[in-house]
Amino acid sequence: MPSLIEKSACDGLLPVSAGGVTLSEPAPERITSVAPFAGKEAAAGKALKALGLGWPGPGTSIGGEGRLCLWTGRGQAFLIGAEPEGLAGIAALTDQSDAWARMRLEGGGAKAVLARLVPLDLGAGAFPVGRAARSGLGHMAMILHRSGAQSFEIMVFRSMAASAVHELHQAMTALAARAAL
Amino acid sequence: MRIEGRGLVDRSAPVGFRFDGKDYTGFQGDTLASALLASGVRVFGRSFKYHRPRGVMTAGSEEPNALVTVGRGAGQVPNVRATLQEIHAGLEARGQNCWPSLGFDVMEVNDLFSNYLSAGFYYKTFMWPRKFWEAVYEPAIRRAAGLGALSRQSNDEHYEKAFAFCDLLVVGSGPAGLMAAREAARGGAEVILAEEDHRMGGRLLAETHEVGGQSGAGWAAATVAELASMPNVRLMPRTSVIGAYDNGTYGALERVGLHVATPAAALPRECFWRIVAKRAVLASGAHERQIAFSNNDRPGVMTAGAVRAYLNRWGVAAGQNVTILTNNDDGYRTARDLIAAGLHVAGVIDARDDAPAAGDLPVRTGVRVIDTGGRMSLREVVVADRDGKVSRIVTDCLAVSGGWNPALHLTCHMNGRPAWREDIAAFVPKPGMVPGLTAAGAANGTFSTRACLAEGAAAAAEALESLGRGAAPADLPEAEDGAVRIRAYWEVPGGKHRAWLDFANDVTTKDVRLAAQENFASVEHMKRYTTQGMAPDQGKNSNVAALAVLADATGRGIPETGTTTFRPPYVPVSIAAMGAGGQGKGFAPQRFTTSHKAASERGAPMIEAGLWYRPSYFPRPGEATWRDACDREVLMVRDRVGICDVSTLGKIDIQGPDAGRFLDLVYTNTFSTLKPGRVRYGLMLREDGLVLDDGTTACWGENHYLMTTTTAAAGLVMRHLEFVHQAHCPDWDLRMISVTEAWAQFAVAGPLARELLNSVLETPIDGEDFPFLSCGTVRIMGIEARLFRISFSGELGYEIAVPARYGEALYRDLVARAENLGGGAYGMEALNVLRIEKGFITHAEIHGRTTAFDIGLQGMVSAKKDCVGKAASQREGLGGPEREQLVGLRPIPMSRQIGAGAHLFNEGAEPVSANDQGYVTSVCYSPTMKTYLALAFLKDGRARHGQRVRLVDHLRGTDVVCEVMNPIFFDPEGGRARA
Repeated sequence: MPSLIEKSACDGLLPVSAGGVTLSEPAPERITSVAPFAGKEAAAGKALKALGLGWPGPGTSIGGEGRLCLWTGRGQAFLIGAEPEGLAGIAALTDQSDAWARMRLEGGGAKAVLARLVPLDLGAGAFPVGRAARSGLGHMAMILHRSGAQSFEIMVFRSMAASAVHELHQAMTALAARAAL
Repeated sequence: MRIEGRGLVDRSAPVGFRFDGKDYTGFQGDTLASALLASGVRVFGRSFKYHRPRGVMTAGSEEPNALVTVGRGAGQVPNVRATLQEIHAGLEARGQNCWPSLGFDVMEVNDLFSNYLSAGFYYKTFMWPRKFWEAVYEPAIRRAAGLGALSRQSNDEHYEKAFAFCDLLVVGSGPAGLMAAREAARGGAEVILAEEDHRMGGRLLAETHEVGGQSGAGWAAATVAELASMPNVRLMPRTSVIGAYDNGTYGALERVGLHVATPAAALPRECFWRIVAKRAVLASGAHERQIAFSNNDRPGVMTAGAVRAYLNRWGVAAGQNVTILTNNDDGYRTARDLIAAGLHVAGVIDARDDAPAAGDLPVRTGVRVIDTGGRMSLREVVVADRDGKVSRIVTDCLAVSGGWNPALHLTCHMNGRPAWREDIAAFVPKPGMVPGLTAAGAANGTFSTRACLAEGAAAAAEALESLGRGAAPADLPEAEDGAVRIRAYWEVPGGKHRAWLDFANDVTTKDVRLAAQENFASVEHMKRYTTQGMAPDQGKNSNVAALAVLADATGRGIPETGTTTFRPPYVPVSIAAMGAGGQGKGFAPQRFTTSHKAASERGAPMIEAGLWYRPSYFPRPGEATWRDACDREVLMVRDRVGICDVSTLGKIDIQGPDAGRFLDLVYTNTFSTLKPGRVRYGLMLREDGLVLDDGTTACWGENHYLMTTTTAAAGLVMRHLEFVHQAHCPDWDLRMISVTEAWAQFAVAGPLARELLNSVLETPIDGEDFPFLSCGTVRIMGIEARLFRISFSGELGYEIAVPARYGEALYRDLVARAENLGGGAYGMEALNVLRIEKGFITHAEIHGRTTAFDIGLQGMVSAKKDCVGKAASQREGLGGPEREQLVGLRPIPMSRQIGAGAHLFNEGAEPVSANDQGYVTSVCYSPTMKTYLALAFLKDGRARHGQRVRLVDHLRGTDVVCEVMNPIFFDPEGGRARA
C-alpha cells in the first residue's frame, strides 16, 4: 500500500540562526485541546494528575519537556506529548496536532528577538519559566510558552509558518547587526 | 574654527563627509553642525517662506534652522537636524529649500515682497476663482515654501519596532537624569535611561562646571560607566522619548544606523520603541530662548548656550568676535568661557537695569539692539542707547540668552496645562500631570547643577518608595549652585524691521500682532493664523515668546494668555519607524495551504482570499488566457472530475450537551435534529437580522458537531459564536475550538468523483451507503480521514479531510489520479463559475446588506424556534416586493459581455440613479451554458422571471438587455449532486 508523506509545518524553513539565537522546529507531538465540560473541572484536573500533570491556571503550564499541559485560554488547555487518557466525557477533546506551527527560540538574545514582535513583558519576573500567554507575534495570533531561562516555544497557525519564520529571522538578523556595531 | 585643547571630540580620529557637494573633515564625536561650524560654514539652509539665508542657532534637537537632507535616492531623509546628525565616512548632506544653491537662491525674491507675505496673506489673496486654490495656487505656494522633500520612491531600508518594560524610565541624562538613574539603579530598580544625544551627560558636556571635584563631563562619564556595569540598567543613547501615553506607556525613537558609515543591510535605520514604565522621571532639560529684534535671523545669531556648547563640547568657536545679548546671568557664562578660550568678546548687552558687576567684561546696559547687518553672515549689530544715539558693533556672532524654557512637553501629553513661574519667567510642570511621571532638574524649572542633582536623587527616592523599595540617602556631589536672575524681556522695542519668533516657519512679531488685530486673539487661533509653532521644531524655540507678544498685543498677562497644546511627538518621527515591519508583504501575514507548493509548481497564479493564497487557475500549454484554463476546468468538473483545495474554509469543532441547542440558536434552521453521520446546510444571521454567513455543519457524533464557515468569515463567525455563548447563554454546556488549520481538505467533484475516491479508500463507498449530505470516517493509505458528501459545484461531490501533515501528499496524489481520469486540478476562477451556474451564494451576495428574504432563503428561518437575528429580520422593510431580490440574468444576445457592479434599469428608463432597479453581484462566462451569466439583486426580482431589464455599467460603458431568470441556471432539480 502506498503511504502519504508527512510534512511538518515548518518543513524546509527551519532551523535558522543569527547572533547566537536559534529558531528551530521541535519534533511533532500529539496536541489535544482539553476543555472541561461544566462542573467537570476537578475531574479533568484529576485525570491530568494521573498523567503526571494537572490543570494549569491562567497563564501557566504544568509539566515540561516531553509532556506538558499548557493554558491556552478560557477553560481550555493543550495537552502536549501525551494521549488524553481518562478525559473522554469529562472534557471536550479536539486534536490540534496539525493545527499549529511550533517553533523554539533559544539563545541569550531570545528575549530581545521577541521584544521586536511581542508586546508582552518577558522579563524573568513577569514571565518566568513555565508561563504561557496568548498574544500577538507581529500581526499573527500566537501561543507563547517560556520553556527555559533562554528558550521560548512559539505556536502560530500552521498556515502562517512562513510569515512567522520570516519575521523572527528578520528580528534575529537585525539584532545580530546591532551587536556587530 | 577649532580651539586647541577644548572639547570632547577625538582629535585623533578625523572623519570626512560631504555637505552641499563639498568635502569637509571633522572629528569622531562631531555633529554635522559642529563640524561645519568648525569649517567656517555659516549658511545651512534657506528659510521656509522668505528664503532667507539661515545658520545654525542651537546645539540640540530643537534646532529650527539647520535642517538638511541626508543621503540620496530612495533612502534620502529630509529635515534632518544638523545638530543631531553625527558625521561619518560617506555622509552626504545638503541644504534645503534653495535653488540653484544655498548661496544663490532665486526664490530669495520673496524676501523683497515680505510686506505682502504676512500672516493670512494666502487666505486673503488666493480666494478667487474658488477652483484655483486646489489646482493652481496651493501647489505653486507649496513649491515655493517648504522644507526638504521625500524621494517619492519606495525605500526598502529596514526599520524596527520594539517593546520594553522597566520600573523606572529616566528621560534625559543631564545631572538630574544621571542622578535619578544612578540612585534608582543602586536601589535595585530596573532602569531605562533614554538620551536623545549620542553621548550621555546632557548639559554637563556643554559647561565648564565641576561636579564632585571633577569636570562635569568626567563625572557624567564615570556615572554612565557605573550604570553600564549594572545588569538592571539599560542605557539607550540616541533615543528621543516622543510621547507619554496611558498607563505608563511612552513612545521613543532610537536612531540605530543613521550614524554608521557602512551599515549592514539588516541593521535598522531607526527603531520605534514602546516603553512601559511603572514610574518615569522627566529630566529633559530646557531650551534657551531667543529675543525678538530687527533682523535677528542672520547666520551667526545663536543662543548663548549653544555658543558655549560648541566651544566646550566640540572645541568650536562659533565666532572670533562675539557679542552677547542677555536678560539673565547666563549670558555672562558664555562671555567668560569664550574669553577663557582666548576668543574676543565685543560686548555684553544686558537688558536688565540691575546688571551684576562684572569688571572683567565689556558690559553695556541701557542699550537696545535695533538691527543687524550682513546678508550671508552676521557682520554687525546696531544698538541705540537711551537717548536714541545709534552705534554699531562689528561682530561675527551674536549669542542671545532670553532665559530658559523647561522642556516640559511630555508632562502635557495627557492634557495637563503647565504653571507660570514669574521668578524664572517660564512655564513649569505641575506635579501629577502624567500619572507616575516626575519632572526633575531644568525640565522642572530648577537650573543650578547642585539643585538638579538633588532633584534627580529625590525623584529616584520617590520612585523607589512607590515601587516598594527602600532608598539609601544619596551622597550628593558638590556642584555649582547659582540662582536665576532674569528680567522678562521678549522683544526689543522700537525695531524697524521684521523680528523673528518662529525661525522655522518664518513667523515674526508683526504676524502675531496682525493676528491679534484681526481678532485671532486666542493663542490657539493665533497659532493657526500665523503657523507659529507648526514647523518641525513644533514651537520649541518660539512658543513662549510668541504668546508673550500676543499677551502684550491683547493687554493680557502671560498666564491668562496660556500656551497652545503640546502634542506628541516631541521630535519628528519618520513614518517608516512607526510603521516598521509593515512594508510590502510585512503588512499582513501570508497564509499558505498545504497544497501551495504543488499548485505553484503547476504554474497557478495565486489570488489572495483574505490572508490566504489560493490558486486562481492552472494554465496548460496552448492556453492563451485565464479564460481558456477556466473554461476547461469548469467542463472538466462537469464531465470528468476535478480537485480543489478547500482547506481555507473555517472549521469549528463544537462539543457538549448543549451543542445542538446552541446551533439552533445561531442558525436560522434546526440542527438539534441532525443525526450523526449527516450534514446540513445552514444560514446564520447577525443580531440586526441581516445574513452573517452560510455553510454546512456535520453531526460527528452525539453532542459533537463540525461547523464549516466561508473562508472570508471564518474568524468573524468564531468571534460571533464566542460572543453568543459568553453573552447570551453562558450557562449552556458546550465547548468550541477552531480546527481550520488542523485539517487539509480537498473537494473531489465531478461525475467520476466516486470512482476516483474508491481508488484511494481502503474500503470503497457507493451512492447508497454514503448518500448526498452524509459524512463519516474513512481510511485512506493507512491513515484515518474524514469524508463529507457535499457539493459547491452541483456535481457529484465529496470533500476529504486528512491531518494537515498529509495535505501536500494527498493533494498531489488526488490530482494525479484526476488527470488519469481526464480531469485535474481546478482553481478559484472555475470554482466561481461552477457556483454561479448553480446559483450558490458567496459573500459577493451576502455582503452585509441582504436578508434571508433577499436571497430567497426566507423558508430557512424556522418558524418553530427562535434564533439570533430572527426578530430583527421580521422588521418592516426587510422583506417584500420593495426589496431587491436575488435573480439570475442572461444577456440578450448571449454573446454580450457583462460585468459585476453594473446597475439594472427598466427598459426605456433613463439609466440614472433615481431609476435604479438593482445591481449585479457576480458574473461569469459559463462554458456549460455557452453564455455570460450573472447573479443580481433586482427589485421584486422573483416576480419578474422571464422579463427583461437593462444592465448598464457606466464605469465600463456596458449597456445590455438581459433576461431575468431563476438564479439556479444549471440542473435546477439538483439531480447531479445526488447521483
